Amino acid sequence: MKVRQFSAIIAASVLTLGLAACGDSADDGGADAGSGSTGGGGKAVKIGIKFDQPGLGLKEGENYTGLDVDVAKYVAKELGSEEGDITWVQAPSAQRETLISTGQVDMIFATYSITDKRKETVSFAGPYFIAGQDLLVRADDTSITGSEALNGKKLCSVTGSTSAQKVKDVVPGVQLQEFGTYSECVAALTSGGIDALTTDNTILAGYAAQDQYKGKLKVVGKTFSEERYGIGIKKGDTALCEQINTALKKMVDTGEWQKAVDANLGPAGFKVDTTKNPPTADACS
Amino acid sequence: MQEILSDYDVLAAFWGTIKLSILGTIGALILGTIVAVLRLSPVRVFQWIGTWYVNTFRNIPLTLLMVFSILGLTFILGLQLNSEDISSNVFRWAATMLAVYHGAFICEALRSGVNTVPVGQAEAARAIGLTFGQSMRHVLLPQAFRGSIAPIGSTIIALIKNSTVAAVIGAGEAANLMSVVIENEGSRFSVFLVFAIGFVILTLPLGLFFTSLSRRLAVKR
Repeated sequence: MKVRQFSAIIAASVLTLGLAACGDSADDGGADAGSGSTGGGGKAVKIGIKFDQPGLGLKEGENYTGLDVDVAKYVAKELGSEEGDITWVQAPSAQRETLISTGQVDMIFATYSITDKRKETVSFAGPYFIAGQDLLVRADDTSITGSEALNGKKLCSVTGSTSAQKVKDVVPGVQLQEFGTYSECVAALTSGGIDALTTDNTILAGYAAQDQYKGKLKVVGKTFSEERYGIGIKKGDTALCEQINTALKKMVDTGEWQKAVDANLGPAGFKVDTTKNPPTADACS
Repeated sequence: MQEILSDYDVLAAFWGTIKLSILGTIGALILGTIVAVLRLSPVRVFQWIGTWYVNTFRNIPLTLLMVFSILGLTFILGLQLNSEDISSNVFRWAATMLAVYHGAFICEALRSGVNTVPVGQAEAARAIGLTFGQSMRHVLLPQAFRGSIAPIGSTIIALIKNSTVAAVIGAGEAANLMSVVIENEGSRFSVFLVFAIGFVILTLPLGLFFTSLSRRLAVKR
């Protein structure tokens, strides 16, 4: 009898726990929507950004800053959503396709390079910025002037990243050290363990501008690839794509785009490649 | 799935995992045995050292050990296991850290094996005049190994799967290739399937082997 009572209690508590878990997630959604309704009145929209990339998409407390965030806000506004209607969702690189195809986000602004492979699973609007792979070196290092000077040097990048793969093709003689995140590469670079760090120049500029590294690191400024940052949307949604492209064009025409770029990438001393920027949007497909 | 297998060198990546696991297992068995003997020795200082080792390395996350081996030991202290080639340096450190970390678990598995040996046997061994070393070698450890095959097998399987942590320092193994594939192809279900199956192929037969071994070699008392 005792045993039966006991197991009934356990079963009941497990059930309530399960329900509580469901309740929690529902609350989360509610809370986000709640923060949306404070400013809003417009259409609720979920936007995926990076939370950890200074200058592009950075979460500091409840504030979101960066170029991706500013472009996202502008586009959302043109599409009928006020700033308060936006729910920001973290979109780590490996999860971007899944977030879109499962409908957890409506749009992704997260240093999302347009590639043919990715076009198989998602559609892209834009591009809204054209970055390129570059090198970050110590400020007093004059020996590395570009990718061709890397032979025999120690280079750092993130495990599996496009930048790491590309540099192996461009400079076969380079010694590549890979880490899980760029922060570890930057630490190794400042301690002298490696000679250079490679990834998109926008990301590098963000690290070079961080307070603790100011004056210690510099971006070489010679890109050796072209990364076209697009806006990831559900595959085949050409209507949304057209709307976003119109909004982007307006953003460039009104000068808001330039303002956003200057405000977010300017402090890092980042020179925008004006021969490629501002880019014109691709045709929607 | 076919595409992943034909476009990427999955076999080479798993060969990296196998090499890493074999090196790590050998190192962990040696280290674990040494530490277990230290913990069982009658000398108080040795016991302290053994206890310290287990408590330290069992409680530091493996990721931290891996990153420390490169950021701290290689780059700041200059301890390179291969100064010519950065990727082989990383690989050797990854194997070392796998051995160091799992050595603590092997030690505890062995100690549990020693505890299956009745105290009377240890006392009898000392009574007939065997030294500590002799009683370890001829009486305690052979039975301890046979008694702890199942937990040691579990530790080795855990080691194989934990070898994926080496991706945080970029050692060439399966998890490293997986992040390359995900970067290029997107995180599709088939990507995970390929690598999950790969690990199951590595670990499942090993688990069956250790289970049957532990049954056959169990000390009948």
